[in-house]
Amino acid sequence: MNVFLLLSDFIVPFIIFLIVCYGILMKVPVYDTFVKGAKSGFLTVIRILPTLIGLMTAVGILRASGFLDFLAGLLGRFTAYIGFPGELVPLTIVKMFSSSAASGLLLDVYKEYGTDSFLGLTASIAMSCTETIFYTMSVYFMSVKITKTRYTLAGALAATGAGLAASVVLAGMMVS
Amino acid sequence: MLNYLWAGMILTGIIYAVVTGRIPEVTNAAIDSSREAVTLCITMMGVISLWSGLMEIASKAGVIESVSGKLRPVLKFLYPDLPAGHPAQKSIATNMIANFLGLGWAATPAGLKAMEELRELEDDRRAGRTAGPARKKGIAGNEMCTFLIINISSLQLIPVNVIAFRSQYGSVNPAAIVGAGIVATAISTGTAVIFCKIMDKRC
Repeated sequence: MNVFLLLSDFIVPFIIFLIVCYGILMKVPVYDTFVKGAKSGFLTVIRILPTLIGLMTAVGILRASGFLDFLAGLLGRFTAYIGFPGELVPLTIVKMFSSSAASGLLLDVYKEYGTDSFLGLTASIAMSCTETIFYTMSVYFMSVKITKTRYTLAGALAATGAGLAASVVLAGMMVS
Repeated sequence: MLNYLWAGMILTGIIYAVVTGRIPEVTNAAIDSSREAVTLCITMMGVISLWSGLMEIASKAGVIESVSGKLRPVLKFLYPDLPAGHPAQKSIATNMIANFLGLGWAATPAGLKAMEELRELEDDRRAGRTAGPARKKGIAGNEMCTFLIINISSLQLIPVNVIAFRSQYGSVNPAAIVGAGIVATAISTGTAVIFCKIMDKRC
């Protein structure tokens, strides 16, 4: 386990070192180049700011209204039939909108059921194989002014569903 | 689509809040969230600028060129209609690698650049300069859909955050989920690829 934690500690400085070192070796004017790239990154963030304000406000309203909990409760009753634990429905729904909010719920699951229980393991695996669907879609599509996203949402939901199903099965195998 | 989704979220939220009497919470959430978005952007500005700067060095030094060269067969398979040597290939490759490594902050600028370049591809198609299905302005091209679906299917190999949370909450073996996580990620990404392939054929 420590290998992974160590790896995660080292990966960022290691990659920065590699890039700068390689840049110097290839005689790239590293600092000038860095500043040029940083400027475009800076402008990118400015460009997505309005999208984020819109999205986060909508998510904020939906969460505060209690609708997400209501939806989770409703869905939880159905998902129990197909073998997906209802306790994890709020987590998986929130994860589609916001990664930080999902982290909060993930910690709640750990506190409530333990990290290595069936639910704890399922939640851990589910969080590592799913992404924030609506966040990613709105930021990326809005940045290029696409309003008709065609089959993107369906595909994203299919992938997420497959990941969730796999999480339940794999966690079940780990517990027994 | 996004317009309806966005409106749906806000309208449902407010109507539900009226029914359940949580209007004050909604008021606070609306104001707090907009502020939170700006705070998040200020935080992001530093990290994203840092990674964009580093990526620019990597790109000048030829690292990205060679890496996307190695990924070419994968890109060719996923984006059969993307012309060889199109600039989007480089950005897509960078985005994929950053996602593999779990460097979300480095993935975002490359991903946005990829979308930009895919939009130019669509412009070229509309003008008849490039082969491939031309779509009206504002409609996502097949490459855009594939790119986003695969992105959302999660590519991260080692879920660093989850491991950190697990160890924080007293797991005896926080990294025990790494193997299962990789299998689950492979399944979700595999589903995404199959889905995109089917849709690609159909339209």
